[in-house]
Amino acid sequence: MKDNTLLTLFTYFALLSLFAVGGANAAIPEIHRIAVDAMHWLNDKQFADMFAISQLSPGPNVIIVTLIGYHVGGFLGAAVATVAMCGPTCVLAYFVAKVWDRFKDARWRIAVQSGLVPVSLGLIGASGFVLAGAADHNVYDAIVTAVTVLIVFSTRISPLWLFLAAGLVGLTGWL
Amino acid sequence: MSDSTASPATPAAARPTLSELFLAFAAVSLASFGGALPWSRRMIVERKGWMTAQEFNETFALSQFLPGPNTINFCVVFGARFAGIAGAVAAVAGLLGPPLLIIMILAVAYAHYGDLPTLGRILSGITAAAAGLLIAVVGKMAAPMFTKRWDWAPIVALVAFAGVAIMRWPLPLVFLAVAPVSIACAWFKR
Repeated sequence: MKDNTLLTLFTYFALLSLFAVGGANAAIPEIHRIAVDAMHWLNDKQFADMFAISQLSPGPNVIIVTLIGYHVGGFLGAAVATVAMCGPTCVLAYFVAKVWDRFKDARWRIAVQSGLVPVSLGLIGASGFVLAGAADHNVYDAIVTAVTVLIVFSTRISPLWLFLAAGLVGLTGWL
Repeated sequence: MSDSTASPATPAAARPTLSELFLAFAAVSLASFGGALPWSRRMIVERKGWMTAQEFNETFALSQFLPGPNTINFCVVFGARFAGIAGAVAAVAGLLGPPLLIIMILAVAYAHYGDLPTLGRILSGITAAAAGLLIAVVGKMAAPMFTKRWDWAPIVALVAFAGVAIMRWPLPLVFLAVAPVSIACAWFKR
């Protein structure tokens, strides 16, 4: 049973990583769909909490899969999820990088690159939407989200300050 | 192999050793809250002189359009350029090592204290802000799409968005349906 769970964890994360153009942020809805809706490894609140923790800690955003892996299968689960999410795409990146310079000016390469830009934007936009759905339980949560959008859009303040402020607002119990 | 291909392509003078690669990306990982891009650029271009600004942009563009975690892709491409597979492994280990240690501590803490109401309230505030951050960043990234007259691009982005966010279809399905169309549009519109 346990081995089965780890295998499922590996298969799902390895597969989804290969379609995650736009990085970990583009994969959030798919991770949510699998971990919450399909496999019931987490509930909505745990998923939202883990996203917050992964944003709060330093390093690449992809470590949210490490948290989910730990929740599902302890330290082994954390390792399996991380390797599955990063391994296959690392190998792909290694080999593509080798031939990249040779096709630098090829028309198909330019078409692939510019064709993938709007796809990844749509996927990351979907991540914002799905996350807001998981995070905003009432009108106050939604206000925090909306205010953050406005501030980030119009200033260059570090997101850490916004997280600190939002955490304090949450602590007061308004949310 | 990597030597012969890297040398002519790297007018930037300095070349990192394996341990320098590891340490540089470990430092970047610890400094990078909310995206490693500005920190990587500062380390590689401004402080170490391992790449020119132009080379950095090209390598970054490549790691963005490849699937998977962008910063990790960047480490692979960057490390491999200087020291092949060993370089890629050193850079990725540097970038992932310290954050993984920290996140494991947080994972254990969450498993013990995740049900505390106080923690839950703090995290729910932060998640609401984090969702806002993501939406704003997409907005900023998408802005040029609507000024540049790429008529097909906004449609592609909206279809990908709707397929994943509204319809909740699996990502591979949406990707395989939308990406080829988008690439074909890019090919013919040039």
